[in-house]
Amino acid sequence: MTDLLSLDDVNVYYGPFHALRGNNLTVGEGEIVSLLGGNASGKSTTMKTILGLVKVRSGTIHLAGRDITNASTNHRVRAGIASVPEARRVFPQMTVDENLLVGAYTRRDKAGIAEDLERMRDHFPRLAERRRQEAGTLSGGEQQMLAFARALMSRPKLVCMDEPTMGLAPQLVDQVLDEIVRINSELGVAVLLVEQQAELALSIASRGYVLATGEIVLKGAARELLDNPEIQEAYLGKAGQG
Amino acid sequence: MFDTLIAGLLRGNVYALGAVGISLVFGVMNVVNFAQFSFFGLGAMLAWFFVAELGLSFWIALPLVLVICGALGLLINITVVRPLAKFLPLAAMLSTYAVSQILDNVSQITFTAEFRVFPKVLPTSNFHIGNMRFGTSDVVMLAITGVVMGVMAVFLKYGRTGQAIRATAQDQEAALQMGIPVGRIQHVAFVIASALGGLAGVFIALYVGIANPTSGLNVGMTAFVAATLGGLGSLGGAVVGGFVLGILEAFGIHFFGDTAREIIIFFILIVVLIVRPGGLMGKVPLLSTEPLTGTFLGKGRPLKIPRWVWPVAFVVGGVVIPLVANNYVLTTGTQVLIYAVIAAGFTVTAGQAAVLALGQAGPIAIGAYTSALLTLYLPVSFWLAVPLAGLSAAIVASILASPIWGVKGHYISIATLGIGTVIVAIIRLVEPQGIYGITMPKWGDTLLATPVAYYLIDFGVLVLTLVVMWRIRHSHLGKVISSVGSDEIAALASGVRARDYKALAFAISAFFSGVGGSLLAHQYTYIDPTIFTMLMSLLVVTIVIMGGVSLPYGAVIGSIILIGAMELLRFTPELRIVVYGLVLILVVRFRPGGILVRNS
Repeated sequence: MTDLLSLDDVNVYYGPFHALRGNNLTVGEGEIVSLLGGNASGKSTTMKTILGLVKVRSGTIHLAGRDITNASTNHRVRAGIASVPEARRVFPQMTVDENLLVGAYTRRDKAGIAEDLERMRDHFPRLAERRRQEAGTLSGGEQQMLAFARALMSRPKLVCMDEPTMGLAPQLVDQVLDEIVRINSELGVAVLLVEQQAELALSIASRGYVLATGEIVLKGAARELLDNPEIQEAYLGKAGQG
Repeated sequence: MFDTLIAGLLRGNVYALGAVGISLVFGVMNVVNFAQFSFFGLGAMLAWFFVAELGLSFWIALPLVLVICGALGLLINITVVRPLAKFLPLAAMLSTYAVSQILDNVSQITFTAEFRVFPKVLPTSNFHIGNMRFGTSDVVMLAITGVVMGVMAVFLKYGRTGQAIRATAQDQEAALQMGIPVGRIQHVAFVIASALGGLAGVFIALYVGIANPTSGLNVGMTAFVAATLGGLGSLGGAVVGGFVLGILEAFGIHFFGDTAREIIIFFILIVVLIVRPGGLMGKVPLLSTEPLTGTFLGKGRPLKIPRWVWPVAFVVGGVVIPLVANNYVLTTGTQVLIYAVIAAGFTVTAGQAAVLALGQAGPIAIGAYTSALLTLYLPVSFWLAVPLAGLSAAIVASILASPIWGVKGHYISIATLGIGTVIVAIIRLVEPQGIYGITMPKWGDTLLATPVAYYLIDFGVLVLTLVVMWRIRHSHLGKVISSVGSDEIAALASGVRARDYKALAFAISAFFSGVGGSLLAHQYTYIDPTIFTMLMSLLVVTIVIMGGVSLPYGAVIGSIILIGAMELLRFTPELRIVVYGLVLILVVRFRPGGILVRNS
């Protein structure tokens, strides 16, 4: 598998605070990779670094072989990285359709955008029903679907998802995970998934990375990580205080 | 009656254009843009210049004005607003306030302050319905506004950039993640807003027939109130707010006369802020995302001042200067001392309670008038009048401000600005002529009329003020006020009634402003409402920010630099304001804690 995204020895600072410590990370084409870690471990910072919202002090980021270390977010989205932000962050006073069009902001091909709008409506029938409704009036689950669809409107190669199950009812969590798998398999889009709930994330991912205080402390196939006693203790709550 | 309605529509037209610009910028940047106000005056002056001086056709002049205003807006955004907006929205607002003063006064220096007759480019009374007359000019203005609003609405609803503007306004972070170049979108919004401001300015000139560089401020404040009335950030609301306010104002003037204008406008502002802070069409949650007031100021560590400085400063200020200085220096020194009193007192509000009140000229005026009237018409001596002036300023300002303390974010600054303006407007209504022959202080039977005597009296008051401020800061009360300023939510959670303490801090500051006002009145021996302008308020804010917003002695340094140095350099009043504005912008940008505070 060729690497779609690769971070090499990336260091990020917030003022004097060393937020990411020489991290290496790759996502292959069409792969689901999950990024795990506790609070303030650097998961969101990694996401922001990939999206270009945070500046890198040293190290490089490549997308499909192209150096994007210093590219703006706008250029990265053009190059094929899309994002599903933490807490969904749909535009509440814009309609569902308008939200999708904003997702296609970096594109200029009108015909292609119209086509993708249709595709999204087919793919997410609920959104088609509510196309003229303001996004702020949708339920949490619907907003999450909208956030997915909006990300896909830029025709990305990679979607970065920041805790997509956060704040959703338990029965919706499974739906969201199914949806991620469906997006991945049907559209061939790679997914980098940040999650607090390690077991859920690893259940759909092929590989995983574990961050602690800004450093990648563990990595491997999802299966191995699930069986790793350290992970079980730290993130799955299966040992110790259980 | 119908006449009044038409007049209201035409005024409302101007306010709506301005309000849309203000709301647009507020939406995408979360900054109240006072610089917008200047474009009203500037638009009018540029149109006058092109049409009357250069003899250009109105239809060539109009787009030229829009282009120039748009370009200037872009420049302001790049140099001043954007660098601050992301981290320090309140500092950005303050800087736009400074920018607006700079623009107004540069325009005044360029075009002079004269009222220029704007040429009649279009007929103004060639039509009539019944016995009501109106002209092509009015029709054209309303039609242009209609077209502009229609184009804006379509652009924002369906345009790629328009949608990006709305997305940015609703969730900047998410917009960025969608690949929207937020910086560029903000530039676009700023350019549109500035051009709309220029257009509104041209309309003012057309409508009133007169162009004046400083006409922008009044219109700007009204447009801002219109935007607030409609709901800041809501563009439809801005249009509605503009027309509603224009009509209300026209009827208000019809019934109460032109002098009541400001009072009506600010009355509406205060009512809206209290009753429906989100405005007619805005959503109240918009306010909860507002940054709390003032958290950027007073950060960092004050420079350490060696102990010997205090007695040395006391001896130099209280003994050496009175002995060696000539009358000119002493008179200037007295001004420095008075402003130092006002500014030192203001540090409780601006620094400790972190409420950036922008209308301090109001309490200063109350103090000046109280003291002048007491000593003239009642057997009250100067010595008693000074504290009474402070007391009355504190009481009146507190009563007027009492409804605003629940208001948050930018709004509290604007509400205090409104209160200051209302106070002066009321004084103008009651006593438009000014007061002459204010008595000089006496000691026993000796008249203390020499500059040295004034200087020494005011020096004494300043020393007392600094001692009182020092005591307050180190008291339990002072610590509670500081807790409200540094983290209001934490203070509330600890059972501190934040609004009461903000009100108290404001009252303390108003007291010292009143004292300062009294001293000013007795030094000038003549006062009228034109002394107590928004510029005076700006000066107080600038002094305090320059010296370090929570350092009372910093206020003395700020006053020496801004009053003393300006006077000794003999700058013209206009140039001084430009310098005040520049100093404010530079300090806020590069040394937000003040010149005596090291950045942390």
